[in-house]
Amino acid sequence: MSEGIGARVTRKEDKRFITGHGRYTDDIVEQNQTYAAFVRSPHAHAEILSIDRDAAKAMPGVIDVLDGKQLTGDGIGNIICGWTVNSKDGTPMAMGAWSALATQYVRYVGDAVVIVVAETQDQAREAAEAVVIDYKELPAVVSAVEALQDGAPQLHPEAPNNQIFDWEIGDEAPTDEAIAGAAHVVEMDFTNNRLSPNPMEPRSAIATYNAIEEHYTLYTTSQNPHVARLILSAFYQVAPEHKLRVIAPDVGGGFGSKIYVYPEEIACLWASMKTNGSVKWTSDRTEAFLTDAHGRDHVSTAKIGFDKDYKIVGLKVDTIANLGAYMSLFSSATPTYLYATLLSGQYNIANIHANVCTVYTNTVPVDAYRGAGRPEASFLIERLIETSARQLGISPVELRRKNFVTEFPHQTPVIMAYDTGDFEAHLSDAMKAADWDGIAARKAEAESRGKLRGIGMSCYIEACGIAPSAAVGSLGAGVGLWESAEVRVNPVGTIEILTGSHSHGQGHETTFAQLVCDRFGLPIDNVQVIHGDTDKVQFGMGTYGSRSGAVGMSAIAKALDKVEAKAKKIAAHLMEADEGDIVIENGEVKVAGTDKVLGWHEVCLAAYMAHNLPEGMEPGLKEGAFYDPANFTFPSGTYICEVEVDPETGTTDIVQFTAVDDFGVIINPMIVEGQVHGGLAQGIGQAMLEHAIYDDNGQLLTASYMDYCMPRADNLPSFTIGHTTTACPSNPLGIKGCGEAGAIGSPPAIINAITDAIGNNNLSMPATPQKVWAAYNAASTKQAAE
Amino acid sequence: MTTINMTVNGKAVSGEVEDRTLLVEFIREGLRLTGTHVGCDTSQCGACVVHVDGKAIKSCTMLAVQADGTNVVTIEGLANGADLHPVQAAFKENHGLQCGFCTPGMIMSAADMIERYDGKLDEATIRAELEGNICRCTGYHNIVKSIQAAADEMSKSA
Repeated sequence: MSEGIGARVTRKEDKRFITGHGRYTDDIVEQNQTYAAFVRSPHAHAEILSIDRDAAKAMPGVIDVLDGKQLTGDGIGNIICGWTVNSKDGTPMAMGAWSALATQYVRYVGDAVVIVVAETQDQAREAAEAVVIDYKELPAVVSAVEALQDGAPQLHPEAPNNQIFDWEIGDEAPTDEAIAGAAHVVEMDFTNNRLSPNPMEPRSAIATYNAIEEHYTLYTTSQNPHVARLILSAFYQVAPEHKLRVIAPDVGGGFGSKIYVYPEEIACLWASMKTNGSVKWTSDRTEAFLTDAHGRDHVSTAKIGFDKDYKIVGLKVDTIANLGAYMSLFSSATPTYLYATLLSGQYNIANIHANVCTVYTNTVPVDAYRGAGRPEASFLIERLIETSARQLGISPVELRRKNFVTEFPHQTPVIMAYDTGDFEAHLSDAMKAADWDGIAARKAEAESRGKLRGIGMSCYIEACGIAPSAAVGSLGAGVGLWESAEVRVNPVGTIEILTGSHSHGQGHETTFAQLVCDRFGLPIDNVQVIHGDTDKVQFGMGTYGSRSGAVGMSAIAKALDKVEAKAKKIAAHLMEADEGDIVIENGEVKVAGTDKVLGWHEVCLAAYMAHNLPEGMEPGLKEGAFYDPANFTFPSGTYICEVEVDPETGTTDIVQFTAVDDFGVIINPMIVEGQVHGGLAQGIGQAMLEHAIYDDNGQLLTASYMDYCMPRADNLPSFTIGHTTTACPSNPLGIKGCGEAGAIGSPPAIINAITDAIGNNNLSMPATPQKVWAAYNAASTKQAAE
Repeated sequence: MTTINMTVNGKAVSGEVEDRTLLVEFIREGLRLTGTHVGCDTSQCGACVVHVDGKAIKSCTMLAVQADGTNVVTIEGLANGADLHPVQAAFKENHGLQCGFCTPGMIMSAADMIERYDGKLDEATIRAELEGNICRCTGYHNIVKSIQAAADEMSKSA
């Protein structure tokens, strides 16, 4: 069986995980390991009047108790946002100071104030309880809308009215004009509920200082260890880059939340130097809810105009985005360039204007979570289209079809240039798979059992394969978003791939090896994929934004090109043939049209023996490449959800969920389907179950799995998955990316389905049984009154 | 401190533990068997499931001293030497794992579930039985498939 591109091969990495031999950060114990516990603010907003560390220092096993004044006194820099987004009037974004340990003010419940280092975990936690901090409580605000109002509590002196920036995209005047002249106008309000990412492995860090070498090693739960090292060195001045090794070993899921460098890693590194040892910290689940960056939390209004033929003439959107108490690493980009640039959806819309105002509140920072901005955009446009169809009394399918982009490339008015796609293809495939046309009979059958059936769709598009460096640079990114790879061929012909794309569930150790198999016909067992260690891999931008295939694998493909070219030169020389006649397949290097052949290993050995190489050629067979994408990639798809609601209780069952996606070329369908399943579960979680809720005092009410409703097996159906394919023209492999689609496309399909079932379009996420019951009853009461 | 003795993965072990030490802490830190994970602190996620005297239990919710004298099997002890347990093999074959963090608990729960139902499982039962195991990566689709496949395989060979 082929193990190349398109083959459904099982994963190389599975064995260690199914036998309990995965190696996650918390599994590691360094020599003379000490443990850290953090003293965190119990208040959402307060001034620190005093910190008394004496009692804690005297506790058994305590090595040191350190605070923010010591940290800043040692020159450790503030945590920064790495993407500059300015207001429309040119005012720079208002970045409030964020020290890894708070010095004067705390701004959310969970804000770290003191780090305690002790010989055991229990001793550290007990000593943390003994630290006495005197706070002067200040009024708090948790809603972004309220934070903008006059008289709201103020978080940062740098940000009057708590506004970080007031940004716009698209042309306002023509959009207003188009909507004013429209035959039909539909308006709608949206809330995109706040979520907690919840990878199952809580964050963890082990920082070890070697005083003799003045060298640090950090094991950490990171999606991008090189980016972490760069930031820790260049901005936080924890250690110079060449004196800091960052290792992200097996990482138990990320979903965006492990992109960022958090206060704990900084404090552990610094504490390891202060205590001249190794400091380990592992988050518990409540700490994770309190301190991992949250996602979403938008409030929007939108207005869409149609001409008499139901063609969209304009779309106007106004969004307020809650960024929490401090600006996290990519927090500025998520509700702007990853959100508003996708508001055109799959539709040809000549005029779009979006205004996004970002706001500080006394909540944990908000940043990219699976989909990052694109789920918010997709929810808005797909709920708006569905609602428009209902209000205008035309089929939601026809309304979509009338407005689909059908010619590519297509330049939207909000930066993105869609390169390719076939929206009708996945629409019709999904409708067929879901038996869209048979819904009336199923509704009638359900009604006979006293149940309400509903069906809804969403046609999503997203931009991923993040991202062309110059393009994002011009938009304010503080980094380039290329990827690097190195292909090391050993003298015996086995291959090591070193990649900057970290794998934390995505199966890179298998799919990346499949590329080599495809190229040289070697078994994937002859390939080892190495990632996650700054001492081994030269550099890498990491894994997020569905970029590992389109960007990470393209870098590997480029390096393979160079290896292939050199191997062919050597083979041509050895077999006295023309380089252009050399073919590599099935692990053999042949001269086309002859019976001359060498084993792949013979060519590799020759490269290292260097007894007989072409004149002037360097020995060895090892090549590196950097790949900078030419464009974003644009996965798209049609999702159809069918639900059955119990009108007595509001309980909603998803009876069928159909997802048909166009991800371009697929390397391993098994792994791609798994990515879709997981994304769908997170999208269903957002639509029906999950909500991170702060009370008015800024206490997080949903800080455990007893309170935050994670999707469980019995909340979900098995999924129906399909694919259509238009190859991505901008990268060598034709890959678009699949990591986030499920979470992006599913919430609007679900809410469209439930609202169809209950006959009330007014339903917010998460659509809990209580909300569904109330909405259904409001609709039937209204109907009865009419 | 109390001295405890138990059999873990077929080997007699003993240790000194505090009264408050959880079984999962004894397994991970005392015995350095790190395949058993801690994913929450409220007995919800099931990443810490092990078998104690043949029953699946959440080792974050049992004191180490309570396990004194018991026979414990962790994920490291489930396979028969180099031969994977059918549930482990089914998880690999059906892509029932992604990041792998919940996987040991899922597999231990699944093995127990198949045993209790004598291999006679359908999708609804598997999903209901998995209520105490949370996965964030797979959407459960392939976990359910893996358990069904293992159950079918095990009842065939039984």
